[in-house]
Amino acid sequence: MTANPWVRPYVLTGGRTRTRQTLHVHTLVSAPHYDPAFAARLLPEARSLYERAHDGVESVAELSANCGVPLGVTRVLLGDLAAGGRLELNAEALTSPYDPRVLKRVIHGLRDLA
Amino acid sequence: MAFATSPEGAPLPTSVKIVVAGGFGVGKTTLVSAVSEIPPVNTEAWMTQASKTVDAVYTDDDKTTTTVAMDFGRITLSQDLLLYLFGTPGQARFWQMWDDLCRGASGAVVLVDTRRLDASFAAVNYFENDTDVPFIVGVNLFDGVQTHALDEVREALRLSKNVPLIACDARDRQSVVQTLVTALTHSLEVASANAAGEQGTLARR
Ligand SMILES: Nc1nc2c(ncn2[C@@H]2O[C@H](COP(=O)(O)OP(=O)(O)O)[C@@H](O)[C@H]2O)c(=O)[nH]1
Ligand SMILES: [Mg+2]
Repeated sequence: MTANPWVRPYVLTGGRTRTRQTLHVHTLVSAPHYDPAFAARLLPEARSLYERAHDGVESVAELSANCGVPLGVTRVLLGDLAAGGRLELNAEALTSPYDPRVLKRVIHGLRDLA
Repeated sequence: MAFATSPEGAPLPTSVKIVVAGGFGVGKTTLVSAVSEIPPVNTEAWMTQASKTVDAVYTDDDKTTTTVAMDFGRITLSQDLLLYLFGTPGQARFWQMWDDLCRGASGAVVLVDTRRLDASFAAVNYFENDTDVPFIVGVNLFDGVQTHALDEVREALRLSKNVPLIACDARDRQSVVQTLVTALTHSLEVASANAAGEQGTLARR
């Protein structure tokens, strides 16, 4: 679905542009438990993100692009869903982007690809 | 295609990000698509002012092609490890977005085109001065041939000796993989040098 052009991002997010969570563009998101009654109460943009996050694990950027919701709005909406316990994030796994164990695994994985 | 939702209790995969920067038309989108398992993502919806995000690329025959400002790709390295590549928007006026893309990045590649080195000056400046993300410079060999010695390019960019400079072919998967490996190897080295520096500081106290 596409974003509702008649609703400004401001309205969707109550004017907030920041969230409590650290949501990088590459943070992974998943909604393991889907609650249809909860989904029905959400605005279309939030519902679309919630449903897509239930279909599989995707990054914040992919959810934004695939649901047609601007990145900033996506962040706020996902932050709310996560704060309400509706989503799982892998944010805590990213406290150091230079963790040598992780980087070495990526390098080995890339070499296997080549 | 998305991953199946993780079973309850199973941790989500780890995701790592590399930023691909450089001016208009230096090959960022080409590089990302050479290795990504998902097609270049249509990012029109990313910003509320989509019309301002379209980069114009003037090709030699005066034809104008437009590319959307920013693109990203994904490589699944294993069931629990994903690598994301994010191309920056070309224009320098999107600095905020560069900051956003660099937050949490493990490394960066600044692409340059030797025919228009100046197109990437702003990107080199940014990575030298405005972010802690370690970067390398990739010279995109547009016709597969190296027309300038790498030393000349380094000199022209006034690039510090500490920044790796390599040739690459943005269309070639193997070459792109090698470029990404070089970037992450550099990040590892910078991180371990920084850690050693901190240890030294502590020891001297
Ligand atoms: N011949 C050749 N063309 C390239 C190469 N890399 C990119 N291009 C072309 O240069 C143009 C700009 O590349 P693009 O990846 O869109 O640049 P971006 O603006 O940095 O994303 C496109 O028409 C590409 O097909 C290359 O290595 N060789
Ligand atoms: Mg591009």
